[in-house]
Amino acid sequence: MTGVEVSLRGLHRRYGPVVALDGLDLTLAPGELVALLGPSGCGKTTTLRLLAGLEDADGGQVAVGGTDITHVPSNKRDMGMVFQAYSLFPHMTVRDNVAFGLKLRRVGRTERERRAMEMLELVGLTEQAGRYAHQLSGGQQQRVALARALAISPKVLLLDEPLSALDAKVRAQLRDEIRRIQLEVGTTTLFVTHDQEEALAIADRVGVMRDGHIEQLGTPTDIYSRPATSFVAEFVGLTNRLAGTVTGGSVNVRGCVLPLADPATPDGQATVLVRPEAVTVSQSGPITGTVIAVTFLGASSRITVDLGDTTVLAQLPTSDATALPAGSAVALTIRPDPVLVA
Amino acid sequence: MAAVRGLHARRQRRLNVFRYVVFTVFGLFFLLPLLAMLRFSLEGSTGGSWSLSAWGQIASYAGPPPLLSGVEITLELAVITCLVMLVLLVPTVIWVRLRVRWMTRLIEALCLLPLTIPAIVLVVGLAPIYRVLRQQFSLSALQLFWVYVILALPYAYRALAAGLEGVDVKTLSEAARSLGAGWTTVIWRVIVPNMRQGVLNAMLLTGALVLGEFTIAYLLLYTNLQVTLFAVSRGTPNAGVLFSTSSAALLFAFVLLLILSYVGRRNGRQSERSKVSK
Repeated sequence: MTGVEVSLRGLHRRYGPVVALDGLDLTLAPGELVALLGPSGCGKTTTLRLLAGLEDADGGQVAVGGTDITHVPSNKRDMGMVFQAYSLFPHMTVRDNVAFGLKLRRVGRTERERRAMEMLELVGLTEQAGRYAHQLSGGQQQRVALARALAISPKVLLLDEPLSALDAKVRAQLRDEIRRIQLEVGTTTLFVTHDQEEALAIADRVGVMRDGHIEQLGTPTDIYSRPATSFVAEFVGLTNRLAGTVTGGSVNVRGCVLPLADPATPDGQATVLVRPEAVTVSQSGPITGTVIAVTFLGASSRITVDLGDTTVLAQLPTSDATALPAGSAVALTIRPDPVLVA
Repeated sequence: MAAVRGLHARRQRRLNVFRYVVFTVFGLFFLLPLLAMLRFSLEGSTGGSWSLSAWGQIASYAGPPPLLSGVEITLELAVITCLVMLVLLVPTVIWVRLRVRWMTRLIEALCLLPLTIPAIVLVVGLAPIYRVLRQQFSLSALQLFWVYVILALPYAYRALAAGLEGVDVKTLSEAARSLGAGWTTVIWRVIVPNMRQGVLNAMLLTGALVLGEFTIAYLLLYTNLQVTLFAVSRGTPNAGVLFSTSSAALLFAFVLLLILSYVGRRNGRQSERSKVSK
């Protein structure tokens, strides 16, 4: 199955005095998985609900495959959706849940059963076909919900924080599974999450939202390595805020000269945003301080260094970090990647 | 550890004693009047003697109105009232929960209103309407279902609202809508099966109300089972018949509701079992 293009143009939505969406524009290429990422109240779920037809837009246009569906009711939109809350129909078996959408489309019983089992095989739950929702774990319920959404061969797949109620291990497994299945069926997918790791791991493109609009839309690498704004830089991943002096398109931070992402930044004092992995320990770095904490993260570790007037985070291979217990004196340098001014 | 277990055991014993005391007190409270009624219905014509004549008079009663037609009309009324109440109230309760939640208090107040109006006041208000109904449509006592639906509203509303409490109506309906279901399908095929217990309770309460209703039928000059039983007791000098008819009415309603409840619950369990073994 091939996906279709989804286009959201100038979407507006208000809830009383609160502006949830402020002229949002977004286009999803056929078969693409776009993740909307942002803090609570930024409008990401509202975007998804407007696309699903579960809410009406105050203004703007929703088009799928070139057809304007802004005023089409949700049950006529042909979109599969997986919700944050467990949404399986409790009075139906897993098989009946998956076949429900097909039954509504008057698909014959034999074909319905075949398709339901095919979808359950896709999510690895054929053994559970005769069970009820209350007999399944949270991860299994969400997998069935995914199978149910895909069974109707939807034009668009909508995932509204489907992993947020699951524990970390199941979440990571199911996240990879969703991506595998999405690539297999090729359905255009909009994935809403507040978990940056999830968004960066699963999506072709990530849209970081703030106050009802998309602050930056780009590949996960772009979003992380080349954030367009200080909000994106601070929201996605950890960031050090360090004082520096801007002169002629570069900035001097405690003796390290770094290029600016925006060379037009006026000269003067500024606060720049530096990723912890851009801070490295060196024998004779210009920045000196004392390690005050070491956080083990697996293959890498994060050290917190007290510089006297501020602290800075540095991310190192764990093998290097073990040689730097709390209290060690260290010299640091900053890799000359382009940096943003806050 | 042993001390903690001992403490738990003592608490459990105290709780059990409390349960038995409450159960006994309430059991006596409900059973004593019933037993007294049964005793009076079995009392013979002379002091200290026992007789089934009061019960025999119900069986031999030929009317008018005939006893069997009273039973028939009451059963029909119970079925019609239950159906109308479900068709009216189930979609309303679900719709209010889904789309106009701010109206919950208003709908609840409206549904509970009949509780505050005495039957006699209702009759005074409804008499002119029923006069028109009689003249224009039908003389049948089945017309009583209009007023019975109103009387059943408070009980049925509470039962349905309680049945809906444990259901995530919003998520289930949105999931069904996204799969292509219209609102009728959402209500009757997705939400209602999950509030089955609430629907069953609403039907039982409505049925019980109709089976036991006397005042309105009598004052509006219709004949149902209760009015017939009253006629049986009034047409005889044997005071015991008053008690035998009351006991018979109570037994009739009790047995019928027991059967309904049993069948409803058994069907629920069977449909779940059949789905599991499919």
